[in-house]
Amino acid sequence: MNIVVCIKQTFDTEAKIVLNSAGQIDPNGVNLIINPYDEYAIEEGIRLKEKFGGEVTVVTMGSSRAPEALRTALAMGADKAILVSDPALAGADEWLAAEALAKAVAGLSYDIILAGRIAIDDGSSQVALRLAERLGIPSVSSVLKLEINGSIATAVHDIDGGSETLEVSLPAVFTAQKGLNEPRYPSVAGIMKAKKKELKTLSLSDLGLNAEAKMKIGKFTLPAPRQAGKKIPGDAAAVAHELARLLREEAKVL
Amino acid sequence: MFELSEDHLMMRKMVRDFAEKECGPGAEERDEKEEFPREIWNKLAELGLAGITFPEEYGGVGADYISYAIAVEELSRVDASVGVTVSAHSSLCANPIYKFGTEAQKLKYLTPLATGEKIGAFGLTEPMAGSDASGTRTTAVRDGDVYVINGTKVFITNGYEADIYVVTAQMDKSKGNKGIATFILEKGMQGFYFGKKEKKMGIRASATYELVFDNVLVPVENRLGEEGEGFKIAMVTLDYGRIGIAAQALGIAQGAYEQALKYAKERVQFGKAIAQFQINQFKLADMATQIEAARLLVYQSAYLASAHKSVSKASAMAKLHASETAMWVTTQAVQMHGGYGYTREYPVERMMRDAKITEIYEGTSEVQRIVISNHILKD
Repeated sequence: MNIVVCIKQTFDTEAKIVLNSAGQIDPNGVNLIINPYDEYAIEEGIRLKEKFGGEVTVVTMGSSRAPEALRTALAMGADKAILVSDPALAGADEWLAAEALAKAVAGLSYDIILAGRIAIDDGSSQVALRLAERLGIPSVSSVLKLEINGSIATAVHDIDGGSETLEVSLPAVFTAQKGLNEPRYPSVAGIMKAKKKELKTLSLSDLGLNAEAKMKIGKFTLPAPRQAGKKIPGDAAAVAHELARLLREEAKVL
Repeated sequence: MFELSEDHLMMRKMVRDFAEKECGPGAEERDEKEEFPREIWNKLAELGLAGITFPEEYGGVGADYISYAIAVEELSRVDASVGVTVSAHSSLCANPIYKFGTEAQKLKYLTPLATGEKIGAFGLTEPMAGSDASGTRTTAVRDGDVYVINGTKVFITNGYEADIYVVTAQMDKSKGNKGIATFILEKGMQGFYFGKKEKKMGIRASATYELVFDNVLVPVENRLGEEGEGFKIAMVTLDYGRIGIAAQALGIAQGAYEQALKYAKERVQFGKAIAQFQINQFKLADMATQIEAARLLVYQSAYLASAHKSVSKASAMAKLHASETAMWVTTQAVQMHGGYGYTREYPVERMMRDAKITEIYEGTSEVQRIVISNHILKD
């Protein structure tokens, strides 16, 4: 069983977001990690390989720092890695990202494609599903349990008020939800083997793709800084009265 | 210019993640209860952290000493008890077996140690033989195919919890240090008991026990090296072991520094964060500088170990500087926390208690100065 896992390198969840003078998010000095949901996808891919055999190929689209994320996936146990990197992809939208990934994945043999359900940076939840559409295969989102029986996959995901079990024929795309598994740490041996594994970089011309994003980001704005809290002095009855008034009139939550 | 490799950086990230998620949450409780981190051991063994520097054919991973130093540093940054458990196991038990053992001894003992299936310990110190190993009173007497061992060892890290023990014993008192031999003992051998568990100031989750040998019969094939080589084996073992303790001290210092930095930015007094007071700024600058110097010494000695060059002076310097840095930094970190730093609400209290031992075990600071000055005066 051959598995492709699409991952994205994102800012560390604790990173402080700063805009540079051009109004762009400044990546300087920021710690980059594998998008946490993609870690579930990697783990699931490796578990499927351990169970059924085959190969896990991790694919990402990213900058010159992205190999770090791919090496980590290789250290966890993936077999090969592909980096799609091209200056022309700098402002790629979800459409272009899916086009580029589809070209990269189309050249691989795959039964299952996994990805995180959402990237914690832009939060669009689009690329994996667009990829499935582009490849003409089914997709199931936010999977919490995945079982494979021959060429049929049974996937469970949460729906409002309960869960839903779906059967889908392979090949198919699945996006991973928190709870699917507990991602492993790369082992020391895994780290040492990672650099000997194949990591291929493909440009847009290697992929035979000549396209531009359909959507451009206008501008970024940081959220308003948090206001200081308010202390209400007085005895309990007066405080409760004042609190109720503030909640109704200022915070408008009552 | 010194730079860590990509592997080293990935190693650091992996162990840091592991330490923060697996060791951090229970560190305070294990310290309080003096509880050995057995579950953590099992998990770190699976990741290969019990046998970092040993070849794959003996169950290890075959990584270098810098990787090992980074691992002990990162574990100790969060929980120094976990750090010393790994260090004593790897440097003081597995390493002498690797360096001086026969092929059969390596297969039988090193392999389960390197995989982490078994835990190792080292029995050198005795009530009358601390810094001065020539005071060794534990005796070994050859009787046909066995040695009969009698005596007591104290302050043994990983004692009771460990399965395999490398132990020194005197065979001929008239020869002093040259009369000492080293043996591999297994937990459960008849006459091999554990005495009291030490109640310690710091690294309280690390197990420290007395070992008691009452006519323990050790097969001849369990002698490590030749008769009379025991002292030399112990000294070489400690030369390498100091890299681990230096890395442990470095990790404690780093952890305390980060706590102090964070607290100084958050704590407001006289209307501003205490990090805005120059006295604290200078203190943080000094901490960072001392730690960086310690780190370079630790990695330098680790590099020499992997390059098969003499580590003795370098590891003594690394251990001396890193341990004194750990003590100083943790003391300053507690000071910067004020009254809160003296309580168990904040981890710097534990870190300061943990730091002290790094100036004592595997050669006190005084002994490190002897080792260093011997090298300097010899040159």
